[in-house]
Amino acid sequence: MLNRRQWFLVLVVMLGVLAAGRILWMGRSSEGPEVVVYSGRSQDLILPLLEQFTQETGIRVRARYGQTSEMASTILEEGRRSPADLFFAQDAGALGVLARHGRLDPLPKELAELVDPRFRSPDGTWIGLSGRARVLIYHPDRVPADSLPEQLRELCDPYWRGRVGWAPANGSFQAFVTAMRHTDGESAATEWLTCMRRNATREYANNTSIVLAVAAGEIDVGLVNHYYLHALQRSRGQELNLRNHYPEEGVLVNVAGIGMLKTAPNRDAAESLISFLLSESSQRYFADKIFEYPLAAGVEPHADLPSIQTLRTPDLDLNRLDDLERTLRLMESIGLF
Amino acid sequence: MLARGGLRRKAPRLLSVSAMLVAGLCLLPVIYLLVRCWEMGSDFWPVLFRSRTAIILWNSVSLAAAVTVSSALLGVAIAWLTVRTDLPGRSFWSVVTCLPLVLPSYVGAFAFIAAFGPHGMLQQLLAPWGVTRLPSIYGFGGAWWVLTIFSYPYILLSVRAGLRGLDPSVEEAARCLGRSGPQVFREIILPHLRPSIAAGALLVALYTLSDFGAVSLLRYDAFTRAIFIQYTGALDRGAAAVLALLLVGLTLMILYGEYKMRGRARYYRPSAGTMRRQPLVSLGAWRWPLVGVLSVLTFISLGIPISVIVYWLVQDPDRWLHLWQSVDMTLNSVTASGFAAAAALLAGIPVVLFAVRYPSRCARWVERSAYIGHALPGIVVALSLVFFGIRWGGIFYQSFPMLIMAYVVLFLPLSIGNLRAVLLNVSPRLEEAARTLGQTPRGALWTVTLPLLKPGAMTGMSLVFLTSMKELPATLILGPTDFQTLATRIWSATEEALFARAASPALILLLVSGLSVWLILHHENSGHT
Repeated sequence: MLNRRQWFLVLVVMLGVLAAGRILWMGRSSEGPEVVVYSGRSQDLILPLLEQFTQETGIRVRARYGQTSEMASTILEEGRRSPADLFFAQDAGALGVLARHGRLDPLPKELAELVDPRFRSPDGTWIGLSGRARVLIYHPDRVPADSLPEQLRELCDPYWRGRVGWAPANGSFQAFVTAMRHTDGESAATEWLTCMRRNATREYANNTSIVLAVAAGEIDVGLVNHYYLHALQRSRGQELNLRNHYPEEGVLVNVAGIGMLKTAPNRDAAESLISFLLSESSQRYFADKIFEYPLAAGVEPHADLPSIQTLRTPDLDLNRLDDLERTLRLMESIGLF
Repeated sequence: MLARGGLRRKAPRLLSVSAMLVAGLCLLPVIYLLVRCWEMGSDFWPVLFRSRTAIILWNSVSLAAAVTVSSALLGVAIAWLTVRTDLPGRSFWSVVTCLPLVLPSYVGAFAFIAAFGPHGMLQQLLAPWGVTRLPSIYGFGGAWWVLTIFSYPYILLSVRAGLRGLDPSVEEAARCLGRSGPQVFREIILPHLRPSIAAGALLVALYTLSDFGAVSLLRYDAFTRAIFIQYTGALDRGAAAVLALLLVGLTLMILYGEYKMRGRARYYRPSAGTMRRQPLVSLGAWRWPLVGVLSVLTFISLGIPISVIVYWLVQDPDRWLHLWQSVDMTLNSVTASGFAAAAALLAGIPVVLFAVRYPSRCARWVERSAYIGHALPGIVVALSLVFFGIRWGGIFYQSFPMLIMAYVVLFLPLSIGNLRAVLLNVSPRLEEAARTLGQTPRGALWTVTLPLLKPGAMTGMSLVFLTSMKELPATLILGPTDFQTLATRIWSATEEALFARAASPALILLLVSGLSVWLILHHENSGHT
């Protein structure tokens, strides 16, 4: 006969077997079509959309979430054996890297052409689904509207000394610097960064902490993406006394986009997911739920945002944002890392 | 008793082969890094010899040294207070002082900044007295403090186990020979605790080297940041591999240093007989001031992060829904971490037996390889397993067993360190006695050695369990598709600044982990040695 201790052990082992069985069962693919997505966008943002898609089409979506760079590294590491169909990236740069490595297939024309050419790859390997503008967040009590700069370059004026926050480790900021290198030239970008640094610009870990720092009065303005303000207000359920400034001289709109892998095992299902993400209802979701700019033609952004047609965006192929390494080396050379 | 080791014996084939298999598993990341570096060709050297490489390497080393020393001081002091003195509320403090371990550093450092950062809670409290600026928490000081607070329990737990296994008769002998209390502590207790302290300190040092969350939030320019920049910024796996390989070299140096420091002493009791109950030291007038110190420490390390999480929870309008939704993830987290703990124990036992009972050059290298995964950032280990898994893993790629394997590579040292410290206190004479009484070698192992390893096994398992609960990169990259844990849920929500949504899973993570710490210590107190 077993004693109490042995019974306990048997119980633990049985529970373990049950629990492991549950997880192993979960991984089994059921019947019917499915599509595998590696997503650099978080589950909180896109799960409702994916569930909607499954409901409408009956195609199961198996998603893996992580940081965009983690997912891109995984895809590169997996090589041609990758189980992924689609790569959903937070920014154009990572899509550019995969395209450069020849891992993405051109998308069908009728899908690609739904998107403004500014926001997709010229060779059709990826398309933007939603856009994020680089803006200046400010505290209206401490920064009069007429003192706001026409272009972000002016922030290295002594007037802004010690009042600006940025997040050099953040991907969106780095993409912004990469864009500046391409539009203004290497030396202008270097000069601006050095000047900003000398101007006692304060470093933060990410966009959210910048927004919180401006709200807390730690700094007066911060370089962020436009939607952080709106998202924070919604999650707190209160209006924050903060505003976004869209510089007249040019606003970089980086995209969250999607590309299909050359090795995608489920191409048809993957294409129908892309077309679903470009549909009116999905695009409205990006606009209304997460305050990003819808990029499919004919869908208007959230009422609080200026229309994307009125924004002056720099003349830049977003694929060139893949050239992040030189940006990092530049930032490293002036001690920003 | 510090007796010199017994005769050299040849290890049983089964033992040495299984230990080497475990070591081989742990070396996969190194093989991967070598492959990637090899592919770099002549680009290898410029990355290695960038002037910044030396600076950030120094930053990481000095941080690791500082955190290790301060964690050791804190860990030994608290262990002694909670095991050997008449501190009021001893069992309460035993549990509470271990709990900072359950906080993920991405939550802990965040709470720390919210509390002590510029315009944080502390400064707002002090504002009426005209305090407008606090000393900066960013950089070395902040990183040192945060990492110490969150990693001293590694040393505390292993020293507790060591302290409980200590035979009071040795101390009494010293007392009889006229040594004072402090002298006994210095000359008898501390030397006996050396393996436990070394085991914990090694874990803290390697953890500090591999940590990314705290150093990035506190803006300290550590070595891991450079590795992450290569992965996140440049998606350059080659340059990242060069830097990570440097980290492997550094780890080997630390392990060699620990080996030299550890000495070749044995720590087991020479005599037969059961240990007597350990007498408690009376703290006298120090009792309440020490309770005060512990309270402050607990408030900073636990009170503040928990308040921040509760604050988030109160802000969450859908908290009941989110708590309900967390049930599934909780099951996932507990299952994966439980299996990781058991697997790390199973993998750890042969390595430790091989290295301690049959010391040889080969055994030393087997043990060292087991430590490497712990010093590497999670993403390096995860990608290396992707490299091997996608080629040779078949259907195991991105499956539950593969995730457990990744956890073992990452956290095996947590199990090994504690097993080793306990095994050093178990005399091989006991096994020999069992043999003379007619046991086979395997029988002696099962009936004598393994049961005696139990305290170390429990501590090791709980550490692996708690750490796996918090793990992120490997879970995201190698877990089964659609596999969600509490940690991935918290991370996903904080990424989008949806702190309120992160609150429910964070609270459950703390509760489950806290409960397991309590269970382990309860078990320890109920008299099993």
